[in-house]
Amino acid sequence: MTAASKQHASTKESNYLTAGYGVRSWLLTVDHKRIALLYLISLTTFFSVGGLFAVLIRLELLTPQGDLFQSETYNKLFTMHGIFMVFFFLVPSIPAVLGNFFLPLMIGARDVAFPKLNLLSWYVYAAGGLVTLFAMFAGGVDTGWTFYAPYSSTYANSHVILAALGIFITGFSSILTGVNFIATTHRMRAPGLTWMRLPLFVWANYATSLIMVLGTPVIAVTILLVAIERLLHVGIFDPALGGDPILFQHLFWFYSHPAVYIMILPGMGVMSEIVACFTRKRIFGYKIVAMSSLAIAILGFLVWGHHMFVSGQSMYAGFVFSLLSMLVAVPSAIKVFNWTATMYRGSITFATPMLYALGFIGLFTIGGLTGIFLAAMALDIHVHDTYFVVAHFHYVMVGGMVMAYLGGLHFYWPKMFGRMYHEGLAKVAAVMIFIGFNLTFFPQFLLGYLGMPRRYHVYDEDFQVLNVLSTAGASVLGLGFALPICYLIFSLKFGKKVGDNPWDAAGLEWTISSPPYEHNFHEIPEVTEEAYDYGKREAARV
Amino acid sequence: MFEDFTLFPEAASTVAGGIDRLYFFLIGMTTFAVAGILSALILFSIRYRRRPDRAAQQIDGSVPLEIIWSAIPLALWVFIFGWSAKLYLEIHTTPSEGMTYFVTGKQWMWKIQHPTGQREINTMHVPRGEVVILKLVSEDVIHDFFVPAFRIKQDVLPGTQYTTIWFEATKVGTYDLFCAEYCGTKHSEMIGSVVVMDPADYQAWLDGQPAGQDPVDAGRVLFENLRCVTCHDAGSGQRGPDLSGRFGRPTSLSDGRTVLFDESYVRESILEPKRRLSAGYQPLMPTYTGQVTDTQINQLIAYVKSLANSDVAPKGGDADGGNGQ
Amino acid sequence: MSDATHTGPLAHHFETLEQQNETSAIGMWAFLVQEVMFFGGMFACYIVYRHMYPTAFLEGSAHLDPLLGGINTAVLLGSSLTMALAVRAAQLGKRGQTALLIGATVVLGLVFFGVKYFEYAEKWHHGLVPGLHWAPTGNPDPHLHIFFALYFIMTGMHALHMVIGFVLMAFVGVRALRGRYSPENYIGVEVLGLYWHFVDLVWIFLFPLLYLLSAHLGGGAH
Ligand SMILES: [Cu+2]
Ligand SMILES: [Cu+2]
Repeated sequence: MTAASKQHASTKESNYLTAGYGVRSWLLTVDHKRIALLYLISLTTFFSVGGLFAVLIRLELLTPQGDLFQSETYNKLFTMHGIFMVFFFLVPSIPAVLGNFFLPLMIGARDVAFPKLNLLSWYVYAAGGLVTLFAMFAGGVDTGWTFYAPYSSTYANSHVILAALGIFITGFSSILTGVNFIATTHRMRAPGLTWMRLPLFVWANYATSLIMVLGTPVIAVTILLVAIERLLHVGIFDPALGGDPILFQHLFWFYSHPAVYIMILPGMGVMSEIVACFTRKRIFGYKIVAMSSLAIAILGFLVWGHHMFVSGQSMYAGFVFSLLSMLVAVPSAIKVFNWTATMYRGSITFATPMLYALGFIGLFTIGGLTGIFLAAMALDIHVHDTYFVVAHFHYVMVGGMVMAYLGGLHFYWPKMFGRMYHEGLAKVAAVMIFIGFNLTFFPQFLLGYLGMPRRYHVYDEDFQVLNVLSTAGASVLGLGFALPICYLIFSLKFGKKVGDNPWDAAGLEWTISSPPYEHNFHEIPEVTEEAYDYGKREAARV
Repeated sequence: MFEDFTLFPEAASTVAGGIDRLYFFLIGMTTFAVAGILSALILFSIRYRRRPDRAAQQIDGSVPLEIIWSAIPLALWVFIFGWSAKLYLEIHTTPSEGMTYFVTGKQWMWKIQHPTGQREINTMHVPRGEVVILKLVSEDVIHDFFVPAFRIKQDVLPGTQYTTIWFEATKVGTYDLFCAEYCGTKHSEMIGSVVVMDPADYQAWLDGQPAGQDPVDAGRVLFENLRCVTCHDAGSGQRGPDLSGRFGRPTSLSDGRTVLFDESYVRESILEPKRRLSAGYQPLMPTYTGQVTDTQINQLIAYVKSLANSDVAPKGGDADGGNGQ
Repeated sequence: MSDATHTGPLAHHFETLEQQNETSAIGMWAFLVQEVMFFGGMFACYIVYRHMYPTAFLEGSAHLDPLLGGINTAVLLGSSLTMALAVRAAQLGKRGQTALLIGATVVLGLVFFGVKYFEYAEKWHHGLVPGLHWAPTGNPDPHLHIFFALYFIMTGMHALHMVIGFVLMAFVGVRALRGRYSPENYIGVEVLGLYWHFVDLVWIFLFPLLYLLSAHLGGGAH
């Protein structure tokens, strides 16, 4: 992709980081790049809180007895872990940080469609986060992140309403981001940048935004109804009052299954950017990869019932959901094959982002295929609500999504800050995360088939060996996650300065200065090429 | 810590083998696919690492390849769907004859009532080689009845409807029973065991228990004491339907729908009589919520069921597994 | 436009007014899709419970006054008309008329609230507010509270959307008076109109589903 316009090369011009100083210039900014950084800081905070809970959970599970915490405390730990990781890290992560920063740059726009709304999204997110943190300090919640009724609506003895309120508020941040990205992608593309020339990252975020807009309001209503039921006992979900607890599950999973794709689709977008850059190739089957994102977004809304094969849902509904769940796996498989095929006859280098990408392909493949185990109804009867499920979604969420997030962060770091991190340390961290991750979660597949239910504070002694392995892995994984936080922060001040395009990558975002100017482009570029135009660069290199 | 170490759960029911076969097939598929992808990644990483003299070859894609790698997984997964659906149908279809146990979950224990009236808590004795049908209901939140060695699991819902699950144990032994749906503080202590015995030993065990009142007899007494008999009397037949010969058959409702007259329907009619009214009757029956315990409901059901057995008409199969939804 | 300026109706990150207008419209449409799903969740609950407890819903509906609901429907339709006329006035560049018509829309909205207040107060008086004041007389259906819970949640959420609409109308009305809109640039009024028509549309669904059940199904009001 070549930009017809030449950007001014003056280095003295202020960039988005130096365009204003002081707290006000950050808290009142409408610059999508600064808002992305606000998200980056808050997301890292919530990731750390969620991670701390994970550490405590794994420590408790080192022994079969409940010797570290009371049951009440343990239940709050896994609940808060789930809430913070799902609603405050995984769902916003890539769209809010990398999407906010790079979506306008990639399509040659000066900002997102509604910059003020974008800032409002962050405030809404932060407000939801603070309410949830308050719920945590006030004593926590113990319903599990799934808030199943009637436990949540009637029986739980914890701050359900506060936590529900926090999630409800945060939902609107997601919705506003989705609305913003949809309008941006439709109407802010640079001249010549047709849909079929869009980077796959933009496609992925567009598909994600559709899910955010279509799905999030349903969870908002559902969680609101739980709060109302809890406050006033009006009989919406509590069977003692005539309500239907299965209806809650339907509404909850109507959002929460598509939410899985909110979490993974942007990661797939990042993957395409990284794989193209480090193999020096156009993505194999570009159109299919782009369309598979849309297919996932649409099909993803039709499979929620696979969470309810043992809930008492009708068997015939189960058949439909099972079959559709098999179908939704196909576009994901297509993506994996296409990334792998992109490496064929490439010119591959192995900088840190590429290591994460390779890790993603391996782990996501395992995560995806174990999803087939769960979609197969008869087998799901046995493994439902066991550690098999826990292992499966961590392979997708952490092995897939977090890997892609970290890969993307490393890939785009020099563009965002104009400085490079320590490559050696970064490689060490990537390898540690990969090994630690597998050691943590692979044993959980075995635990699940053995029959260890999830959310168990004390467990049968037969399960201890595998739990010890898992905890050992978690400590490696924890250190692996701590390392990037250190060297990335260090690099902000002491990292080696880099030019505008350290990876020699294609794409409009790499044609402007690092860090970008306040308004991104002096002149809106005109696009005349397909995405991932690495052919010319390769011809010039050899 | 290591003495009990195992990687594979015991299999002690008639359905366990089928599920394990599906599991191994899926493991085979996963291993094959992961090995394939990994070899491709490693091979390409070595073979196509950057060299100063070789440029990456730009390839747009390949329609035949896309079709192949969409169609093969699709066909494989639809096949797996078919296999698992067939298996699910087998597991989900409750045999028409069997020993019916009533299991009530409450925070945080399992209450079990044998077909002959004996009661236990958190332990369940069953004979080997017999079909055991469980009628599950919860007194408070959602629980889940899970016996890993039998590869069965079913949510236990509060409300008017039973969920149903069945098994036939194949091996004598003691097996873990877990609650698999998070239900509050002591969820992980809502565990118990299923003790599978030889039929003769089971009979001996039953005889050694304090003789539980026969549920049918107890139900008959309740039927009198609660004055059910005044309306549901075979002779009078005015205010409420005559209950003999009804159990296990479809019954038509006042709104034109039809419902299977089963355990769930009797339970619902006791607790929420107006919800699904028998055709031809007025909504006169008051609710008995709060006036009868779960045990008493079980006894009333046993009695109503016995009225059906006195009739010559055969009992219908319970193909939908008694799901309430 | 190579320099980023913040003056005039064109924001710095757009190239043309046309682009800016189209973007705003798309944004509002996407937001309305979100609204459809938000109310959709509640309508799903309504459908499920109406199927489960048909008699409770008939009885509940008989407690509602179709006449008052009908008046409110007419009032809201009228407010949609004034809103459509406001958009037309803005398109023609008549700033005073635009502000006046937006004001009329607010007034009609307030009339709706007046009727609604009367209805809510009456429900309170009869003990038909689940959770807060539940003491229905006679021999009520055991699940009547579910109908009224949904009634208050759905009409309450609708009312909340109207309140948000009032705030937006005050904002847009003042801007109209100050001459911030022109025949080339009146997208603010237009998207406000889209929002208000949507709020109206929700009521068009709520009215028959809540008020007209007994009349429609011949359940016989008592
Ligand atoms: Cu799902
Ligand atoms: Cu439990």
